[in-house]
Amino acid sequence: MPLPWRTARLVERADETATARTLVLDAPGWPGHLAGQHVDIRLTADDGYQAARSYSLAAPADGARLELGVEPVTGGEVSPYLADDLPIGASVEVRGPLGNWFVWRPEQDEPVLLVAGGSGVVPLMAMVRAHRRAASTSPFQLIHSVRGEADLWYRAELGAGDPALDVRFLYTRQAPPGSTRAAGRLMAADLEPALKRLTPTGTVYVCGPTGFVEAAADLLTSAGQDPATIRTERFG
Amino acid sequence: MSSLSPGFHGRRRSTSLTDRLPPGQYPTESFPVLSAGPTPRVPTETWTFTVTTETGEERAWTWDEMMALPQEDSVHDIHCVTRWSKFDTRWRGVSLDTLLDDVETTAEYAAVHSYGGYTTNMPLEDLLDGKAWLVHTYDGYPLSPEHGGPARLLVPHLYLWKSAKWVRGLRLTPDDEPGFWETAGYHNYGDPWREQRHWGD
Repeated sequence: MPLPWRTARLVERADETATARTLVLDAPGWPGHLAGQHVDIRLTADDGYQAARSYSLAAPADGARLELGVEPVTGGEVSPYLADDLPIGASVEVRGPLGNWFVWRPEQDEPVLLVAGGSGVVPLMAMVRAHRRAASTSPFQLIHSVRGEADLWYRAELGAGDPALDVRFLYTRQAPPGSTRAAGRLMAADLEPALKRLTPTGTVYVCGPTGFVEAAADLLTSAGQDPATIRTERFG
Repeated sequence: MSSLSPGFHGRRRSTSLTDRLPPGQYPTESFPVLSAGPTPRVPTETWTFTVTTETGEERAWTWDEMMALPQEDSVHDIHCVTRWSKFDTRWRGVSLDTLLDDVETTAEYAAVHSYGGYTTNMPLEDLLDGKAWLVHTYDGYPLSPEHGGPARLLVPHLYLWKSAKWVRGLRLTPDDEPGFWETAGYHNYGDPWREQRHWGD
């Protein structure tokens, strides 16, 4: 049976940054998903014209509730509409879940390192939340690279403290006052302490723009991390 | 008035473009990168490409031997299952017809394997009769590692995950052996014109 397109209603929208939004959809009949999976969203114009794009889910399965993270692409066909124009209460179509590789399952008990570039944090946030919901005691680390403080997603939640999660923010353009690390791109020294706490069988998930993922994966393999333990998701 | 996505207008394209666009795809000028893991670095000095038949017979080429084979330039539209399509991409490489020319086999399938461990699968006939290439040059330049260099498979009539990056060989098999994405929810054949994206499509 092909995966069906389901109607999903926008029930909530929240600002994550000046441009990025969290969208909560209600999708009756949703079959559930794994943390890290994505969906296709399809829009239909009055004359029947349709356009579809993929979006990562930001939260683990919760009945019919789907949480997406949308960073609008300037001049994009779909993302600016989703981010700012789709009215609350209106519907889109959703198909999924998609992707059975870039996923974290609660039965995984090895240490995990999550490396996010910008909005690449979205599927990794689903893993963080699934890990917390499962009350998993396996060590989780998140390194989140952003341009500046204003580009941080899920700020309150990630800052709230979680004994099983170690969070580190890296600023590439402007570090907040009092930072011990100067602003700059991800470097080997940023990964070193995290890799020390990862066993050889630990899994690394890297998500972000292509340039970020390429650089991060190269740093990880150069530091001796087995490429087979590194899972990547790239966009753009 | 549509009950879905009110106020969405979208970007219509001329029919000359949409005729070349498989269902559910959008055209892009960029060349996005999608890979499941780190990009392997494969020096051409140690690169080999090996065809193994169902009887275990092997035919292998070094980089220099492969480059000494007849080269073909070809232009293709390519289609990624993540919904982008790119028109008129220009490639140079060796036709699979050339590589499989003197290989004796009755196998019906090919299991493709890559440096870094990636695998994919397809019927052998999809690699023959001018439908597939081992390419090393894109748009006049050596193929970059993130796009599969030094050499990738190019099977443009199927979704691009079938065009294995960093390819190192083919195993010809009597039975179909689903590869990496084919066992992770993606369609076993992957024809963009029939929108064979996922299991069950």
